[in-house]
Amino acid sequence: MTRLAIEGLGFVYPGGTRALDGVDLAVEPGASVAVIGQNGSGKSTLVRHLNGLLRPTEGRVLHDGEDVAGLRTAALAARVGIVFQNPDRQIFAGKVRDEVAFGPRMLGRGRTEAAAAGAAALDAVGLTDATDANPYDLGYSRRKLLAIASVLAMDTPVVVLDEPTTGQDARGIARVQQVIAKLVADGRTVIAISHDMRFVAESFARVVVMGSGRVLLDGSPAEVFAESAWPVLASTYLEPTHAARVGARLDLGSTPTEARLVEALSAHD
Amino acid sequence: MLTLSGVSYRYAGYAKPVLHDIDLSLADGEIVGVVGANESGKSTLCLVASGLAPGSIGGAVTGGGLAIDGEPMADKPLYAFSTRVGIAFQNPATQLSGVTGSVFEEVALGPMNLGLTQRETVERTNAAMATLGIEHLWDREPRRLSGGQGQLVVIASLLAMRPPHLVLDEPTAQLDPEGTRLVGDALRALASTGTALLIVEHKTDLLDGLCHRVVALDEGRIVLDGPAAAILEDDRLAALGVDLPSRVRLARALGSRGLDAAAVLA
Repeated sequence: MTRLAIEGLGFVYPGGTRALDGVDLAVEPGASVAVIGQNGSGKSTLVRHLNGLLRPTEGRVLHDGEDVAGLRTAALAARVGIVFQNPDRQIFAGKVRDEVAFGPRMLGRGRTEAAAAGAAALDAVGLTDATDANPYDLGYSRRKLLAIASVLAMDTPVVVLDEPTTGQDARGIARVQQVIAKLVADGRTVIAISHDMRFVAESFARVVVMGSGRVLLDGSPAEVFAESAWPVLASTYLEPTHAARVGARLDLGSTPTEARLVEALSAHD
Repeated sequence: MLTLSGVSYRYAGYAKPVLHDIDLSLADGEIVGVVGANESGKSTLCLVASGLAPGSIGGAVTGGGLAIDGEPMADKPLYAFSTRVGIAFQNPATQLSGVTGSVFEEVALGPMNLGLTQRETVERTNAAMATLGIEHLWDREPRRLSGGQGQLVVIASLLAMRPPHLVLDEPTAQLDPEGTRLVGDALRALASTGTALLIVEHKTDLLDGLCHRVVALDEGRIVLDGPAAAILEDDRLAALGVDLPSRVRLARALGSRGLDAAAVLA
């Protein structure tokens, strides 16, 4: 069963700026999809259609076969959790433990169950030690992890992450990668927007490249960062990972990640 | 020249300082990169170097002091900093003024408030927008921009004020690779005109080739300080939670197999 089906999706902002133009995507449960593209290419607009924050100008979005247009925003909230780029648009509680319990409470879970879901989510992002802190006493990177935890706590089948690695150090990025791997292993669907090509190549099975509100490329990291796709990437001011460029230079095929490059080098020896 | 001598700083309501004994000077035209794990004190350093801490947010400098061009800045009012040090926060949403209706007005707001003539203001505004490739956004509403576009607008606003020192807290966090390159080029050009830059970044790939010097922070102290090329190849960075630049990592992977990385990566 297709978890998410986006069909001929178009969106024009009030004022006339066209952000999406005929987007088609089908995403299965347990899929991990990175959406990449230059600033203003429509990535954030696209994911805001997944939980009904924006309603299509043209086309439709289906969840498990049901048209989002017919679903209330509250019902969608139980299906799709979105972590926004800016954690401060999301965080509001005075205590970290209340912040992560709020989502599950709003979905109708009992106090004890919500607290347990919150605690598990804090553990997943490595914030257990901050349970009793005020969210605003945490640094930016930890507030971002908290925003991720508060969506994880809602246990939605679809999790959308808008630029999850901005402001994260190497350990924070590794933590986000663990969270994504766990979600996928649990059969949940992860969709993330990112400008970090290395993170994208290492963490996702599928990469969708957007430009001017359209899907330009859609495939595995090896396909999207293959030399034959570079002109398309360049057309939207993206570039392949460093590892992919080196692999192509050495005629090793498509090596989107450093691990793949090292593997290809070893096979070559 | 901006100089921090033995600076320790404590936030209001905190028992202990979060920066300890920071010695750091920014010469005219110098680009200094700051790396370190999350919560190592990088953003605090930005606030202190720009006078916002303690000037705007309170707290206390518990040791040492900040001088600009040899003039001690302790107890100076905030406006004494505003024309001498510019700062770009990590999150553009917190920096856009919220009082302008277009990108052009937003970028022009800074120079206008410096009391410049209209002609000079317009000229600086256009030049700053051109440098960052955002001329086409001139009539867009600032709060409706994407995160990355907002970040470019914030940096353009700072360029238009032409401060002699500029502090940037993760200036490219929300930018695509092209935007990152534009910002890198703009900063390099700015430094060549004599502006001193302090740049906090997790993206060591950006700092590599841009910075003259790099310092690494750990728990509020400077633990590494040296020429960028040396620090960005220092294995101690990994233990500090900082990735080596991809150029360095790949060169090692290739080198260990007897391949000449420089030739391959050229």
